[in-house]
Parts: sequence; structure tokens; C-alpha cells
Amino acid sequence: MSSVTSNPAITPRVSQQHTSIPTVRIEPMRGGLNLRLGELWRYRELLYFFVWRDVKVRYKQTAIGVLWVILQPLLSMLVFTLFFGRLAKLPSQGLPYPVFYFAALVPWLYFSMALVSVTNIMVENQRVITKVYFPRLILPVSAAISGLVDFAIGFVVLIIFTMSYGIRPGPTVLLLPLFLVLAFLTVLGIGLWLSALNALYRDVRYLIPFIVQFWMLASPVAYPSSMVPERYRWLYGLNPMAGVIDGFRWALTGHGQAPSTVLIASTAMVAVAVLGGLAFFNRMEGSIADRV
Amino acid sequence: MSATVIHAAGLSKRYVRGATNSSGLLRDKLTRALRAPLKAWSGNKQETFWALKDVSLQVQEGEVLGLIGRNGSGKTTLLKILSRITRPSSGWAEIHGRVGSLLEVGTGFHPELTGRENAYLSGAILGMGKREITRKFDEIVSFAELEKFIDTPVKHYSSGMYVRLAFAVAAHLEPEILLVDEVLAVGDIKFQKKCLGKMGDVARGGRTIILVSHQLNQIRRLCHRTIWVDGGVLRQTGATAEVVHSYESAMSSRSEESRTAQQGVKARFVSWQIAEPVGNQPHRLDSVGPAEVSFQLEVNSPIGRAHQGIALFDMERRLMWAYSNDDLTLEVGVHDLRYKFPFLPLCPGSYTWQMSLWDETGNVDMWEALPELQVAIPNYQHARDEWNGFLNLPSTLSVSSRKG
Repeated sequence: MSSVTSNPAITPRVSQQHTSIPTVRIEPMRGGLNLRLGELWRYRELLYFFVWRDVKVRYKQTAIGVLWVILQPLLSMLVFTLFFGRLAKLPSQGLPYPVFYFAALVPWLYFSMALVSVTNIMVENQRVITKVYFPRLILPVSAAISGLVDFAIGFVVLIIFTMSYGIRPGPTVLLLPLFLVLAFLTVLGIGLWLSALNALYRDVRYLIPFIVQFWMLASPVAYPSSMVPERYRWLYGLNPMAGVIDGFRWALTGHGQAPSTVLIASTAMVAVAVLGGLAFFNRMEGSIADRV
Repeated sequence: MSATVIHAAGLSKRYVRGATNSSGLLRDKLTRALRAPLKAWSGNKQETFWALKDVSLQVQEGEVLGLIGRNGSGKTTLLKILSRITRPSSGWAEIHGRVGSLLEVGTGFHPELTGRENAYLSGAILGMGKREITRKFDEIVSFAELEKFIDTPVKHYSSGMYVRLAFAVAAHLEPEILLVDEVLAVGDIKFQKKCLGKMGDVARGGRTIILVSHQLNQIRRLCHRTIWVDGGVLRQTGATAEVVHSYESAMSSRSEESRTAQQGVKARFVSWQIAEPVGNQPHRLDSVGPAEVSFQLEVNSPIGRAHQGIALFDMERRLMWAYSNDDLTLEVGVHDLRYKFPFLPLCPGSYTWQMSLWDETGNVDMWEALPELQVAIPNYQHARDEWNGFLNLPSTLSVSSRKG
């Protein structure tokens, strides 16, 4: 693609003329990881509005609204407890089965549902994208954030539920936000790839259910990660959700061992996914408005 | 003293032809990548075309600039580049000041949300801050004349109410530079006038405006200077009256080269208009029907057993509908061909009629009717864009239940 380099003679002259007025330079796409963070910050109110719209519409549209957010992890927990726990008798790190599964399902459901909405967000907003400019990155970020509202509700239920089993969270619970941040970044890192691809190729959306299903089996939701042989633990940890779910359970209940190998591998993987995702999304951003 | 607020040099935009429908599958891309690993990703074999070619322009502070040209001439592409929705393939532009773009009425509206909520949402998407919207909120509501319904979900609004609210929000946008595409074509005449008045105020307030419109009287009324875009290049730039005049004469009498080619032809289409309902705009449709459209055909020598074809294309050149009438006998003179449509459920936008006439020896005339058909009605479709189809059908749902 041809590109015209900036003409340095022009910018300074004009910026002297209009000191307080922003100057924008429009140029062909260039690669690289220029995230324009300052611009993102200026658009923070729009980010807030996108999150607000998402949450508002979601709760307006479903008749049972909040109830569904609570029921979904609860029902899944019941099924898991029955089949993986009572019937398959998988180990549960000394935790009662319902607590063991519930503590994994709350972060897992955040991840899976947020990943789906991040993937779809560019397509769902194609009209806005083709009519108005704003930093496109706002959209996937807003979808990853709005999923946190459901998570918060599920989390409150989880705390009450855990305490009702006589398990009091210890000091490890202070590390819990760390694992939530890791989950958020995983959603974003993977979601950025998928949402850009989904906007460019129509068949990506059909892949998502498979990805999510496969991913759950590769994460310690239905079983503890201690079942994975020690020497493969780092490999297992390359799935960032392994670190998240292990850590989440551990931080909340104090049971199981503190995630170490797994967590290091997970964090490294998330960093790679986020940086790669940002670069890819940034590169595709320019062509998305032309393609959707 | 006026300063240059928009400075563009050599802006060009290249599109891949058919990129949106032919190669839209990741599966295909991967298959090709497996077969020929190098070719698929460097893939320069696709056919490209230039929607915009080497456009340079300067706009002064406080200037109201009109952009005219036929569908697909590149004026919307130019506007999209200047508003940063899409990037140029080459060239550059510098813009000094906050840019607001109005390329659609009701950008970001969500039917489930109330009027109040949508005003905030749409305002934020168009570039207003929360505090700014709060400050202007009462003014917006009274401009839209929707005081009583502001807390009703907009899905219960009539189309007129919807458009009024959307426009009221947009009209209160106060960027230094405003880019407007055709949005004034929507809504009832009275409200349109109100909006035009508001736009005039904005322009007098020293703000810079670029206005794309098919309605030349609007351009005449508002713009100091006008640019005629044709085939992706600037064909003429200058005082509005001058440019509009040459555009009009080129459009109404068909282009020079085709006129010479028409010497001695048996017949040709010369003009068209919406015959029914009679509005103030002969090429604008304000409803989903019924409508009658008439085409004037000038016949120079009698034609027997003629076929007459009609087709309707949308802006992206997708065929909406076509039909052919056979066995027509046409005497010398000007004929009025009148098509009656009980309904014409088109989405808002602009469309092109393609009229053709054939006799036993072949094609007699083929005309891409000008000006284009403008459809100025609300979009009665699903809130999610991926569920927007070709037909714009207003519908109502009633639910009844039977016992036993």
C-alpha cells in the first residue's frame, strides 16, 4: 500500500495558528502498535455510554433479568455437582462439590459470555462504525467491561453460598481482584482477535461455540488442575483461564495449592495475547469500516 | 481573518471490488492459504477500483461547502475520509478543530431505550460529553417537540417522532467542523425547514460545514462554495450558483457524448419523476407506497413489438427489482410511461432506475435515470444491523390467544 510520509513543514505552522484547537492528521494505514492512548482517554465518556447501553438493554430485554444472571451459574453448578461430582467422583481439593464448581463457574461464565459479546460487538455496531468516528478499540473494551456487571452479581451470590458452607474467605481473598484482572485481559486479548476477524469474515461466528466448549474442557472447571501431571503443568497453564480459575478458587476458599507454575505461564500467555490482539485489531481497524 | 481548517492533498481511496460478498469467509481464505501459502496472504490479484482519486481541497474557517455528484461519484467516500471513518489509500489531510459527522439520522439509537436515554447515547456517539448533553437536554427536547414522550421507549415512537428526536440531538452538536451527508432529506417538510434554519444559524455562528446533498435547492440556499465530484475526481469547484448550474445542465440533458451518440436514434428516455403522490420534491419518496413513477420517452420513429425494461439498483449497485414489458407499440412523440406501485418498501437511501428499450434489432436505449431516487423514510427494521435486510416493511404485532 502506498503511503505518503508526513510533511513536517505543515504541522508546526498550523498548530501555532490554533493553539487550543486539536489538529488531526489523516493518513493511510500504517502498521505498528500506536494505540493513541491519549485519544482513548478523551473518549472515556463514550466508553461509559457503550457499557451503560449494553447493561441497560440486556436487563430490559430479558424478562427475568437479574434472576437469570443468578440462575445460570446455579443451574450449571447443580449439573456439574451431579455428574462430575456425585457420579464421576472427580477430586475437588477437599471442597464440597457445590462450592468447588460454583467458584469456577462464576469466572468461567464471565469469560465465556464476555468473549462471545466481544467477538460480536464490531458486527453488531456496524452501522455506527460506518457512520461515526471514534477509537474502535472502545467497542471491544466496553463489551468486556459490561460483562463484569453479571459477574458482580454472580460473585455476591458466590460469597453468600460459600459462607453458607462454613467456608470463610481468608487473607488470600485480597488477591482475588488480580485473577479478575487476568480474566478481563484474557477476554480482551482473545476477543480482539476474534472481533476483528468476525468483522472481516462472516464465518467466524460459527466457530465461537466450538472454541468456548473446547476451552472449558481445557480449563479446570469440572476438575482440579492437580489432575494434570506435574511436568505438563506449565503447558496446561498456557491456557490463561487455567491460572484464572485455579487462582480464583484458591483465593476465595484458601483450599488447594497456590497456583505457581500455572499462573506464571498464564500471565505470560495473556501478555502475548493482549499485545498481539491490540496490534492485530489496530491493523484491521482501518479496513473494518470498509468491510462490515 | 479566516484560516484554513481543512487541508487535503492527493486523497485517494481504493476499494477491492466485491470484497464484501465474494471473499467473506475465513474458511475460503484458509483453504487458499493451504493450497498456495504465499499467494493467499499477499493476494494482489483482486480487482480494485478507485472511489476517489487525487482529491485536494482547502476549506476556510466558517465556510459552508457543498458537495454534489451522482451516486458512487465518491462524495460520501470523501466525507468518510474527512470524518476519519475510513482511511485514505494515499494522500493526507489535516483538520484543525473538533469534527462532528452526521452521516445518518439516529446514529446509535436503540429501540428499547427511552427518548431520554437515546438522546444521551446518540449525543455521546456523535461526540458530545455527558455534561454538554445535560446542559442542552431541555433545549433538545423542546426542539424535538417531545416533552410528553421523552421517557417512552423509542420503539413506541412514530417515525416522525423518531426522526425529530434524532435530528434535535444532531442539531445541537457544536463542533468547529460539521460534516453532513444527506440527512436533511428525512422527516416532514415543516421539521426539515426548522432544521435548515438551525443549520443556517450554525453556519452564521462561524462554524465550518461540508454538506453533501442531492437536493440542489438546499445546496443553493446554504453553501457559499460547491464542489462537483464526478467519477472520484473533482470535476468543478467554485461559486455555488455556477457549479450547481453546470451540474444541473449536465444531469438533466444527459451527458454530451451520449447526446451525440443519440443522433438519429429511434427513441430515448429523457426524464422521470414521481407522479403520485405529488410532493414538493419530484424525485423523493416519503412513504413505502403507494406510488406512481413516470418516465418520459421521446420516440423519433415508430417502434413495434418493443420490450421495455425497468430495473432499480441501490447505492451499492445491488439489484432491488427488475421487470420487462413486451409487445409495446410506440408512435412518434413523447410518451409518458407510468409505473404504478401499490407498495415500494425501500430502505432510506438513494437508488437508481435503469430504463431500457429494445426492439427486434436490439437495444434502442439504456438510461441510468437521473437524478437518483431519494427514499426519505425511517428504517423500520431490527435494531441489530446484521438483521437489516432489503425490505423496509412497517409492521405491527398483535398477540391473541385461544383457550382450549
